[in-house]
Amino acid sequence: MKLIDTPNLPDPDGFYEELLEAHEGLNAAQTAELNAQLVLILANHIGDREVLSQAIALAKQR
Amino acid sequence: MPYTYRPYPYTKPPGLSAPEPAKPVIIVGAGPVGLAMAIELANHGVASVVLDDNNVVSMGSRAICWSRRSLEIFDRLGIAGRVMDKAVPWRRGRMFHGEKELFQTDLESTDGAAPPPDAFPVFANLQQYYVEEFLIGRIQELELVDLRVRNRVLAVDQSDEAAHVTVETPDGQYGLRADYVIACDGARSSIRSRLKLDFQGVQSEDRFVIADIEMETDLPAERQFWFEPPFHDGRTALLHKQPDRLWRLDLQLTPEDDAGAAVKPDNLRPRIAAMLGHEHFRLDWVSVYSFQCRRLADLLHGRLIFAGDAAHVVAPFGARGANGGLQDVDNLGWKLAAVIQGRATPGLLESYDRERGLAADENLRSTARTRRFMSPAPGAEQMFRDQVLALAAKAGFARPMVDSGRLSASSHFPCSGADDSRLPPGARPGSVAPDAPQGNGWLLPRLAGAPSLLALGCAAPDLGPRIIEAELNDATRARYLGEADHALYLIRPDQVVAARWVAAEPGTITAAITAMWEGRP
Repeated sequence: MKLIDTPNLPDPDGFYEELLEAHEGLNAAQTAELNAQLVLILANHIGDREVLSQAIALAKQR
Repeated sequence: MPYTYRPYPYTKPPGLSAPEPAKPVIIVGAGPVGLAMAIELANHGVASVVLDDNNVVSMGSRAICWSRRSLEIFDRLGIAGRVMDKAVPWRRGRMFHGEKELFQTDLESTDGAAPPPDAFPVFANLQQYYVEEFLIGRIQELELVDLRVRNRVLAVDQSDEAAHVTVETPDGQYGLRADYVIACDGARSSIRSRLKLDFQGVQSEDRFVIADIEMETDLPAERQFWFEPPFHDGRTALLHKQPDRLWRLDLQLTPEDDAGAAVKPDNLRPRIAAMLGHEHFRLDWVSVYSFQCRRLADLLHGRLIFAGDAAHVVAPFGARGANGGLQDVDNLGWKLAAVIQGRATPGLLESYDRERGLAADENLRSTARTRRFMSPAPGAEQMFRDQVLALAAKAGFARPMVDSGRLSASSHFPCSGADDSRLPPGARPGSVAPDAPQGNGWLLPRLAGAPSLLALGCAAPDLGPRIIEAELNDATRARYLGEADHALYLIRPDQVVAARWVAAEPGTITAAITAMWEGRP
């Protein structure tokens, strides 16, 4: 597995808080739009199709 | 100015009075693909009869964007000079979303650096009726092509020995025999439907108003594309320059729009006036289209071969219809000539089916992706599309995701021909050999029509194919050598790279030549 699925964020609590703050006051549609942009921005930053495919598979896992 | 349609003269075919000798090839359909096919075969020394039920060139401008590869093919067919004298070359695309311009693209250069020169521009716009007129003009100079207008094909059947075509003319019916029949009778191919061949794919519900308008304007020759244009309540709009002061507009309709009402001049003119900001234009031609994305599972049916839209139809985004059809011609011509002239067995034709089948798949995949971007389904598809457009306005990375049609380029097909990783990827086996300046001329014309061993900075062994020694310059070094000091390329008659070596033994070159004539993958 190329995707890092073990803890890799130096400040998980801080990031989580910042993510929630970014969504504060948004309705469901606005939240979805913000998330879509985040996904696209981060996907480009990662720039590795294999990692992205593994990320999609992990997200879809039930 | 409006195009003047001149009917081509019908003459009573000899087959009406006495059986005609069997022909090497019968081509059904005198559109760009059928006409080009006839000239290409004549270039290889193969005679053909072209049958068409009509007697004028294309009604309406239809295919207008000709790719560099098509222009290179026109050069071999002998009409590139006339095409380039008339056509409008262009290289810049401008993308708009609503009122805002998102970005511009330069099709000649993705990174801003000047590429090595090419003989032809990346795209040139010219109405299909001119292309057909020029092809017919060329055919009239050729002994080997017999163009018969108002000759409608009623039936095609075949035996082990020959194909047989039943033809209807104003003077009655007659029959013609041939080694091969090539169906180039377009998207609504009657040959295909009469044989009930499975034409797999989908019919789109998207509808577009397509119009040519004539106007005087200083607008440059660019492809302008709008998502959610402010002047049109549909979904997208496209503007292209053509010769004769004509401009092509494509306006996508919403599912709720009444197409019949949309094309009425009283409704259409104000919409166009809003787009242009003035009313000084004349409507030259208006039509509505929707499209199919389908292909035949097999392009080859014994002695009957399908090419162009008769074999595969795609959405018009990306100009992949006529350009793809010309690449079919390019691929099929030398193979069929080799089979008819005994240089190869009919097995070589299987490689036409394989290589152009892969290209059809690629064109279908590409246009299907574009369609999803231009007409996203409600929900997640719409949301992601809109967010890509929103991002493209503020971040460069999202611009390549904006899909208004991926413009036709020479197709590459998977090819197991010998390769060397030191050589540049753009000329790897399965690719069209890139052009490069050579003295006062160009490399590609020297590679046309017959197989070549292209020697760059080394000697080539005499193994059958003619030897072409390339002049080394910046362009040949960049496009053919890369890191290497010298290289040898085996190039097919359709200018496709079959194999290449930095250091080759004659034995491996001979094996590659054999594989080429056998059409091995």
